[in-house]
Amino acid sequence: MINGNALQGLTLMLIFLLVAMVVAANLGAMSLSVRALWQAPLSDLIWQIWLNIRLPRVLLAVAIGMALAVSGAVMQGVFRNPLADPGLLGISSGAGLAVALAIVIPLALPPQLALWLPMIAAFIGSLLVTLLIFSFSRLAEGNLSRLLLVGIAINALCGAAVGVLSWLSDDQQLRQLSLWGMGSLSQAQWPALLICLLLILPALLLLQSRARHLNLLQAGEEDAHYMGIDVKRTQHQLLVLSALLVGTAVSVSGVIGFVGLVVPHVMRFCLGSDHRWLLPGSALAGAILLLLADTLARTLVVPAEMPVGLLTSLIGGPWFLWLILRQQRGFE
Amino acid sequence: MMEMLEATGLCLARDGKTVIDNLDVTLSGGERVALIGPNGAGKSTLLRLLTGFLAPDRGECRLGDRVLSAWPREQLARRRAVMRQQNNLTFTQSAQSVVAMGRAPWPEKQTSQIVAEVMQLTGCDSLAYRDYRQLSGGEQQRVQLARVLAQLWQEGRPRGWLFLDEPTSALDLFWQQQTLRLLRQLTRTGDLTVCTVLHDLNLASLWADRILLLHAGRLVAQGSPQTVMTEKTLTRWYQADLQVVSQAESGKPHIQLRV
Repeated sequence: MINGNALQGLTLMLIFLLVAMVVAANLGAMSLSVRALWQAPLSDLIWQIWLNIRLPRVLLAVAIGMALAVSGAVMQGVFRNPLADPGLLGISSGAGLAVALAIVIPLALPPQLALWLPMIAAFIGSLLVTLLIFSFSRLAEGNLSRLLLVGIAINALCGAAVGVLSWLSDDQQLRQLSLWGMGSLSQAQWPALLICLLLILPALLLLQSRARHLNLLQAGEEDAHYMGIDVKRTQHQLLVLSALLVGTAVSVSGVIGFVGLVVPHVMRFCLGSDHRWLLPGSALAGAILLLLADTLARTLVVPAEMPVGLLTSLIGGPWFLWLILRQQRGFE
Repeated sequence: MMEMLEATGLCLARDGKTVIDNLDVTLSGGERVALIGPNGAGKSTLLRLLTGFLAPDRGECRLGDRVLSAWPREQLARRRAVMRQQNNLTFTQSAQSVVAMGRAPWPEKQTSQIVAEVMQLTGCDSLAYRDYRQLSGGEQQRVQLARVLAQLWQEGRPRGWLFLDEPTSALDLFWQQQTLRLLRQLTRTGDLTVCTVLHDLNLASLWADRILLLHAGRLVAQGSPQTVMTEKTLTRWYQADLQVVSQAESGKPHIQLRV
């Protein structure tokens, strides 16, 4: 059944995102207006800045925003839990621990591999935590509070381990570590961006193709089975794909909190619970949110730059509190 | 002619405890079967074995020429639907979209038409746009019944095997009657077989062609209501002080508790 309202909403968001991308690419330490670009020859410095600094930055914000929001939507769907989010469940901190290990423990690696080591480490870390959470959630039969407790425990554990590693690290490693934890898109360069897109885009498309199955999982594992779904396989595919999204995002940008939690909630409110619309809606809204946050982060305190993860947490934290309070009232 | 569902020598143990003990049962096309038995007899577990959700430790369950596990998932889902006792949703979803879920194994072409049809049959067309989670227990049950009917819907009516676990437990008298009448009417053509767990023995006696009485994982009595619903059998397996009389209108056994 085609949902006209949802289609309209998605179109509006897409138009807004495209406009925001153009505007964001022009803003920064040096303003690059469309007119100036139009008049300058391609070899000009402002084109160099636009092509090699602004454009990859904007594209990276869009890709990471999509990845975080969609992985949040998928996790909430798989766990059938509105509070499931890559950050709360400890997936980001698992990735963080793996990255910290990669930064602090000296490994003699060929330079090509060393360049990608944090990314690989983050992915392995997020995958391990995802599987851990998943097996716990099966044991607890999706018990909401138990699942969150497990997430809290994993967060604390990974946090402590990262603490130990920071204590062991030298000054330069320490700076690298703490900046990573705040989340930033300042690493935006074409090679990293291309790898990111290469991982994120197929994962998004594959998840979209599983949207109907994700809808059926909402009826519960047993009913989904009766309606012809291979439940375990679908759950594992969905979780591995969303861990791929989180792992990729976290390895390029560090920890950027709350996008994965907040965006799917707002989208559920606007578009309904049908994942065929919810997933693209979350992708667009996540891209818009992170693009706006990142543009603020790099223009608020020019010529310096705020870590965008701090900004999203500053906005997301109060929102999350409001969410909890609202739910509390719902139970009474 | 419809294929048969045939279970032979089913055994299942959980945590070292026998739940289903060497059980044979056959369901043939167009039958109305009620599964009864005291609490903890293994009724829901038997349903899960007959529907292929659980695999037996020993024995096998065949639908037509194949064991259940050998059926392609989608093919099986098109001819076997199950309504459980509890269905919880986490997120807001309209009753209509819950019913539409039942069309998952089928091409999407006729979905909205069939959804409208089954919702009218089960009397929940007025609930279509309501949030499923806000509905009362009885309304939710009717929506779930519409969903499983939609799953089996083919060329104007449901065809195949419908398993229900206490489908009337939250319904008021009117809807109990409507639901059981609907199920009887749908089985008339011989294309739909209904096997349902029922706690209300009088409803089972009035509605079913055949009663299966389960006790401690074994089928201890089966047959027409008249043969199974006797004072001797029921007193023995339910351990309850009761009296069976013949209903004036239908001649079916009527069970009365002595309190």
